[in-house]
Amino acid sequence: MQSEAAVIRRRDLFSLIGAMAGSAAMYHAMTSLGFASESPYKGPMRLEGDPKGASVLILGAGLAGMTAALELRKAGYKVQILEFNNRAGGRNWTLRGGDSFVELGGHKQTCEFDHGLYINPGPWRIPYHHRALLDYCRRLGVALEPFIQLNHNAYLHASRAFDGQPQKIRAIKADFQGQVSELLAKVTQQGKLDEAVSKEDQEILLQALRSWGALDSDYRYNANLGSAEFRGYAREPGGGLSPEPLPSDPVSLSDLLRSRVWRYLQSFARYNFQTTMFQPVGGMDMIGKAFAKEVGDLIRYNAKVTQIQQNDRGVTVSYVDTTNPSTTLHAKADWCICTIPLSILSQIPIDVGSRMQAAIDAVAYAGAVKIGLQFKRRFWEEDEAIYGGISYTDLPIRQIAYPNNGFNRAGRGVLLGAYLFEGANAYEFTAMTPTERIASALEFGSMIHPQYKQEFENGVAVAWHRVPFTLGCSGEWTDEGRAKHYRHLCQIDGRIVLAGEHASDLPAWQEGAILSSLDAIGRLHERVVKT
Amino acid sequence: MQTRLIAQKAGAVLIALLPAATGFAQDNIATRPTFSSGYRFVEMTGEEIFANVCQGCHMPDASGAAGAGAYPSLIANRNLATSSYAVHLVVNGRRGMPAFGDMMTDGQVAAVVNYLRTHFGNSYTDAVTATEVREARR
Repeated sequence: MQSEAAVIRRRDLFSLIGAMAGSAAMYHAMTSLGFASESPYKGPMRLEGDPKGASVLILGAGLAGMTAALELRKAGYKVQILEFNNRAGGRNWTLRGGDSFVELGGHKQTCEFDHGLYINPGPWRIPYHHRALLDYCRRLGVALEPFIQLNHNAYLHASRAFDGQPQKIRAIKADFQGQVSELLAKVTQQGKLDEAVSKEDQEILLQALRSWGALDSDYRYNANLGSAEFRGYAREPGGGLSPEPLPSDPVSLSDLLRSRVWRYLQSFARYNFQTTMFQPVGGMDMIGKAFAKEVGDLIRYNAKVTQIQQNDRGVTVSYVDTTNPSTTLHAKADWCICTIPLSILSQIPIDVGSRMQAAIDAVAYAGAVKIGLQFKRRFWEEDEAIYGGISYTDLPIRQIAYPNNGFNRAGRGVLLGAYLFEGANAYEFTAMTPTERIASALEFGSMIHPQYKQEFENGVAVAWHRVPFTLGCSGEWTDEGRAKHYRHLCQIDGRIVLAGEHASDLPAWQEGAILSSLDAIGRLHERVVKT
Repeated sequence: MQTRLIAQKAGAVLIALLPAATGFAQDNIATRPTFSSGYRFVEMTGEEIFANVCQGCHMPDASGAAGAGAYPSLIANRNLATSSYAVHLVVNGRRGMPAFGDMMTDGQVAAVVNYLRTHFGNSYTDAVTATEVREARR
């Protein structure tokens, strides 16, 4: 923890620097002291120096591959991309009405959502500090809107607490703060903190606890109009001669602790989930489409890579066209940037050293499942005043996420009816048929929203271990595996370098894919202009 | 177990709610999925573990699947001849195969390996014990 004195000393230093040398020096000083810099992203890539006609073959037209293509072509390289799917974007993917896809095992789903409704089966939110991704969105003209991570009026739900009734996030958060504050105020007043906290600070602490925890004048957390301003009312304030507002009853500390709903509060506290978060207007794939507008002419679609060879003169990649797989085709280049997920790359013969091969083989891919459900009306808004955000539950569906757009409209709406990431339930949902997944999402979801059964129309269910182009959601690094293999995975091996979220410290985030790609092409370019 | 109670509610009744358009010919409506309540699996028998975990990738008939990469078929699979290899793969994973060592007990690993080695055209009768799995974890 930073002591207040240290902060003040730094601030004094900054104002001194600012006054004497101007804001540029000030910014430099702040950056070097670790304040202003929040991201490894250093602004648009500048690849200086002549690649002298060098060619690059990029494997995969996801965000990592298309970032590399965009920047390398701009720098003067001859670029081509091989992509397994018949579209660009990879995991940057949106499902809308009319879209169909076939999962491994052969189940075909056709999305029946109404016009304008969608789900993002893969990434769905962008933290404000993912500066590289946000910069590409700005440069490529991708419009953003807020993604609501914390909605105080959404629910926290524990199937064996509160008689199974979902609780408002607002109330649980207020009660947890209030009950903890009351407890801490009590021990403070009993003198039990005398050794740890000075008398003067204890007075300030009591004030802070009353303010933060909504305590009354006796430092108790009670049902009153003060705590109601935090947790909500039993009867809302009205106008004119309407009945006066009534406070609501807090949940006891014991009930709160035993419900374990407190564990969801970190979903709003962690760096990657703090406000402001964003989503592209119209679906996450707006980003992939914007990239494809720039580099789509370089992409060969339906190309399934079968072998990656290199020697001291170049790289040769064998592939088949998935619409005519009997003929093996070849693509050649001086260099190769391979963004193929390791779940797949580990099955493809590739000429790399034993340490990179061991790294490729070491990373398992996370199970994840998302289920989109269309309902006849936006009952979560109409009946429950839930506008965007996420409800968390200990039921196997784990989350219900509400659309962060189209608020307060009549007509149909689509919920994310389940989002499972890692853990036993993700495997169990993957093992089901799409119809069974949707049925289970409905059954569990109706324990939180009883309107489900009346209002449901159709759904789609994506289980990432059954997605043909990834065989899993994202690289699932262990700390041990990362310590042993990560650097070997990211090194340039001869003429081949890997990129993607799996080659980043931000696994499963699009920012990780882009930062990995920028880092890889920066190192590759340095090597090219030197030779 | 409490998780089983939840599981039984999500059964055949619910399927009836779905419009016909989303139906799939291969669906087995009689199959009722099990749901675990935490990180670890609650399924205990080999059959149950296969149906709720393994078949997600290896498919209900164990025939595997192929996309940009592949999940191997486990039908009459000679790699199952040596039980220690199968135990090692389930516990530690390899390439696309996740490690399940932290999510399953020794008994669960033994159960699913024994199930695989005696079904889907495999007939290896030397059953693995939980003790052998414990040894393999070291």
